[in-house]
Amino acid sequence: MFYTEAGQFSSHYRTDRRLFRLRQDRYSLYALLLFAFAVVPFIGSDYWLNAILTPFLVLSLAGLGLNLLTGYAGQLSLGSAAFMAVGAFATYNLELRVPGLPLLGSIVLGGVFAAAASVLFGLPSLRIKGFYLLVSTLAAQFFVQWLFTKVGWFSNDNASGVITAPPLVIAGHDLSNPAGRYLLTLGFVVALTLLARNVVKSELGRNWMAVRDMDTAAAVIGIPLARTKLLAFALSGFILGVAGALWAFTYLGTVEPHGFDLSRSFQVLFIIIIGGLGSIAGNFLGAAFIVLLPIALSLASGFMPAGVIDAGQLENLQKIVFGLLIIGFLIKEPEGLARLWQQLRERARVWPLRY
Amino acid sequence: MTEISSPLLRLEGISLSFKGVKAISDISFDVARGRITALIGPNGAGKSSLLNVINGVYRPQAGRIVFDGEVRQRMNPHRAAVRGIARTFQNIALFKGMSVLDNVLTGRNLKRRSSWLEQALRIGRAPAEDDAQRRRAEEVIAFLHLQPWRHTLVSKLPYGLQKRVELARALAAEPKLLLLDEPMAGMNAEEKREMSRFIADVNREFDTTVVLIEHDIGVVMNLSDHVVVLDYGRKIGDGPPDEVRRNPEVIAAYLGTRH
Ligand SMILES: Nc1ncnc2c1ncn2[C@@H]1O[C@H](COP(=O)(O)OP(=O)(O)O)[C@@H](O)[C@H]1O
Ligand SMILES: [Mg+2]
Repeated sequence: MFYTEAGQFSSHYRTDRRLFRLRQDRYSLYALLLFAFAVVPFIGSDYWLNAILTPFLVLSLAGLGLNLLTGYAGQLSLGSAAFMAVGAFATYNLELRVPGLPLLGSIVLGGVFAAAASVLFGLPSLRIKGFYLLVSTLAAQFFVQWLFTKVGWFSNDNASGVITAPPLVIAGHDLSNPAGRYLLTLGFVVALTLLARNVVKSELGRNWMAVRDMDTAAAVIGIPLARTKLLAFALSGFILGVAGALWAFTYLGTVEPHGFDLSRSFQVLFIIIIGGLGSIAGNFLGAAFIVLLPIALSLASGFMPAGVIDAGQLENLQKIVFGLLIIGFLIKEPEGLARLWQQLRERARVWPLRY
Repeated sequence: MTEISSPLLRLEGISLSFKGVKAISDISFDVARGRITALIGPNGAGKSSLLNVINGVYRPQAGRIVFDGEVRQRMNPHRAAVRGIARTFQNIALFKGMSVLDNVLTGRNLKRRSSWLEQALRIGRAPAEDDAQRRRAEEVIAFLHLQPWRHTLVSKLPYGLQKRVELARALAAEPKLLLLDEPMAGMNAEEKREMSRFIADVNREFDTTVVLIEHDIGVVMNLSDHVVVLDYGRKIGDGPPDEVRRNPEVIAAYLGTRH
């Protein structure tokens, strides 16, 4: 009965707007954050921090960026990786060319550049929607990748096109070790997740959903459609841009256009489909799934007799499993893992009653 | 006193056609302040199109709209909302993925002064304004007896309640003019009585001027002060309910033979 709501009525509208209305949820979140910030860096092995937790966090953030645009504002996009690339390359060039600019400033400004690019490629959304918009964001994807590959200035005329990210130093502390990279990533992810959560609960978030659900009705009640859509592109682009900078600086340690290709855009899209469109927590569930599934599959294949599944087959198997899951989620549970999680919670809330 | 006695809305010679097909031909009438005007006529008569002209969703090819002293060739939806026109739709146009409360709150979006950033960071004018908005939304929800469903997703509600939520969302804007497109379509007698009472209450308590489209003549006669009859895009009747009821052309076109 620890999930009881007894006595927790919202006596004030302000408490009704809190991060979580139920005390249990709030405390679980605080405990989780404490664990993630204060315990994980000490107990996590380098492999876990570098190869699992950091990419998981960055992909969750990228999912969050796309989810604001697609899940909340209803604007389809296949250009996520393009805006991640803009964030990464802008951050790199700011570090390179603006002496004295601290790393945090470069990353945030990288997000601002990505937001601007996103708004630019979002302009067609004022005229077109659905499939046609998808095609126009695809153009962003190809254009940006082409730009960063062809114009040497962006990669400082580096012959290979792959540039090594500079060391991560914040306020004199070197964060280039696995725990430091993880903590820097976690800090950005937590801050931006809180911001996004507040936005979707605010007037702007409601306007996004109104435009998504019924745009004529939204216009008729006075919601400014153009401004609402472009703000969705801007915020989504900003978060994707920061995610791109983190991907390059804290995860890969290199900046290269190839890391931000169309398959990355699809990966981010799969994260929000599996995790849940229009859900904040869903981005984390979806990203965890995408990061952990390959590991789980290769572990599982380890239990098979030798030679039954080789490495090439394993990769194909992964694709098949993803494909089936995407189709399954689209048909059966468009609200994704977040919805399944919520259903579990509802059961727990009314336990031991059945309904 | 001229403010009071001048009509809130005046349509002058409105004509609308879709790719050459006339939907509305040269329609003029006045909507008096604080009154309930019913717009009736057979299906396809142009009633919904006329509401769409009034709040700027459709652009008429001819005519003028005078709303609250302002003369316009055509409205646009945003301008109409800003000037105090709210409406409901014939096919429910709620935001399906949102709760009742959130739908009602969107109806108040024009009453906002704080910026989105203030709201996102919960600073400046935002917190106090959020409380005030919520309070007003709760008043509307209470007025229409929707309290039990405030946190329910609107797509989970039965049809009759959805119609009521749509009225709540329109009402939340505190409109001068409320346009209701078949608010009682598909309802049983009990639900219609309830909805009629809500509409009459809105009109009386907030002095809101109402234009509504309704097929049930009993409801129209009870509720409205003024009836305008359309047929094939033309106006064939305009006056108090009793007078319109006796109009032979109206009887022929609508009340009698066809329905
Ligand atoms: N968006 C539109 N495009 C083309 N024709 C339309 C459109 N809206 C309405 N019409 C036509 O205008 C006429 C009047 O329709 P409407 O206003 O919906 O009638 P009512 O609401 O009285 O049933 C009909 O012939 C209808 O087909
Ligand atoms: Mg109609």
